[in-house]
Amino acid sequence: MAARKAKPAHITLQRRAVVKRILKHRGDALVVSGIGNASQDCAAAGDDPNNFYLFGIMGGAAMVGLGMALAQPKRRVVVITGDGELLAGIGSLATIGVQAPKNLAIVVIDNQAYGATGMQDTHTGHGVDLAAIALGSGFANAATVYTAPELEAAMDPILEDRGPFLAVVKVHAKAVRRVKVPNDGPYMRSRFRRALLGDAADD
Amino acid sequence: MARRRIVLKRRNVVARILKDRGDALLITGLGSPTWDAAAAGDDAANFYLWGGMGGAALIGLGLAMAQPRRNVVVITGDGEFLMGLGALATIAVQKPRNLSIVVIDNQHYGETGMQESATEHGVDLAAMARGAGFENADTVYTAKELEAAVPGLYAARGPSLVAVKVILESLPIVLPPRDGPDLKMRFREVVLGDGTTG
Amino acid sequence: MAARKKESWPADIFRALQQADVRQVVYVPDAGHKWLIDRCERDNKIRAVPLTSEVEGAAVLAGAWLGGERGVLLMQSSGVGNCINMMSIIQECRFPLLTLVTMRGDWGEFNPWQIPMGQAVEPVLEAAGVIVHRVDEAARIGETVAAATYMAFDAMQSVAVVIGQRVVGFKQWGK
Repeated sequence: MAARKAKPAHITLQRRAVVKRILKHRGDALVVSGIGNASQDCAAAGDDPNNFYLFGIMGGAAMVGLGMALAQPKRRVVVITGDGELLAGIGSLATIGVQAPKNLAIVVIDNQAYGATGMQDTHTGHGVDLAAIALGSGFANAATVYTAPELEAAMDPILEDRGPFLAVVKVHAKAVRRVKVPNDGPYMRSRFRRALLGDAADD
Repeated sequence: MARRRIVLKRRNVVARILKDRGDALLITGLGSPTWDAAAAGDDAANFYLWGGMGGAALIGLGLAMAQPRRNVVVITGDGEFLMGLGALATIAVQKPRNLSIVVIDNQHYGETGMQESATEHGVDLAAMARGAGFENADTVYTAKELEAAVPGLYAARGPSLVAVKVILESLPIVLPPRDGPDLKMRFREVVLGDGTTG
Repeated sequence: MAARKKESWPADIFRALQQADVRQVVYVPDAGHKWLIDRCERDNKIRAVPLTSEVEGAAVLAGAWLGGERGVLLMQSSGVGNCINMMSIIQECRFPLLTLVTMRGDWGEFNPWQIPMGQAVEPVLEAAGVIVHRVDEAARIGETVAAATYMAFDAMQSVAVVIGQRVVGFKQWGK
């Protein structure tokens, strides 16, 4: 299942709409978003105490998701991140493949560029197929999404099906409006733990 | 996924690979691959790593880009290679024809007590390499498959990755030189001749 | 002469981790931690997670703690260098971090390539905002790890227990 090289003219999906669609039926899924555009997209879809937005540790989002998924096996954990961010921690896919957490899904919003640093090309624009790498790492399933119907077909794998699952969603690189995202680390982590653990957050 | 039998022995594999090296430059990842290369016979065109775990393939990339007319082979282990998996993407995008990576995959960490590595648990390095864009990536289990794979390592058809599955063995350690500046000097003399002071 | 007599300090560490209710033990395989890694792998209450690189460690522990579980990162000194940027989430978000580091490049080391990171471990950890407890006597390791668990999980700090090569033992080559 080779990924098609995504030429700009063929990419029609828009990142904000994609993330909004994914999160529309999230239920009580826990969401971790990677540094950069992904955190913006998640906040734009609607702030939620079950969101943990990352503003640093590039390469670490998938691993934060893993730790969370192992700690909360009965909750769905969805990591939403960018192609550059995931590439910076690509070894994570092997670590996750070995642990094989059923409740973890990773969604890569792939605009084939480093958004926060001047839109330099990333490797995914030059033939690196993250879904194929995930399958080689032992993921239960993986897909590359180019169209709205393909996105719909990926909803159950992202939100419900037995994982670990990785979806790469190709989006165009047009600029989007910046949104305000809570970035006070201690506040966010307290809020997240209180929503998840209730009084046990004090332990 | 049916698992194939592993039969190959690492020292034989490395000796076989290096037999046809010609003037290829060799980088070896830390630990067992370095001992294997030393056991096959020290050579000034070998740069042995005693640290920098995760970096072997990328050192090979830099060397291959600096010396496009020389074959560059990296021989490393599964644990070392797993620590620098980003190299797959970085190398694939640069497409160095003259670079081949051989992973001697015994599915364990040899220097730290033989703990299982991710390749023991279903991580398929050749599949990951293909996903990254390597056109030539294979897993080798038998002597016959190894024979078929060796010519490709020296045919400038890279970047290539060959993962060779080998049995778990406890072998006598063969120590090559480890003094970094010394290794660097003699290696550069091989590569650059009189140009080392340039 | 490297003395690798049977030591109880890994068992002392395990007890301290149990008492602190540590549930996720993340690690890159390391000879100094071999006994402890094996013990954690065999334990029913602990999830032992091998990492492809130490860089993954702080992030997994952050996720674990967000999910309500305590964790520890086991690594060799050479792995500390791989971690440093990941520590920023620990600092910024006030997560607890506990890491146990076995030293190379600090006592009787034969491999010159281990020296740079070995010598840099403490300054680098401290520069990254981690409290460092250095221990060079086997008998003190258990109590040091226990104390570190209180500072990490009760006082919400990043704490590294650095176990000297004098205790861990050093390889003898050229035999």
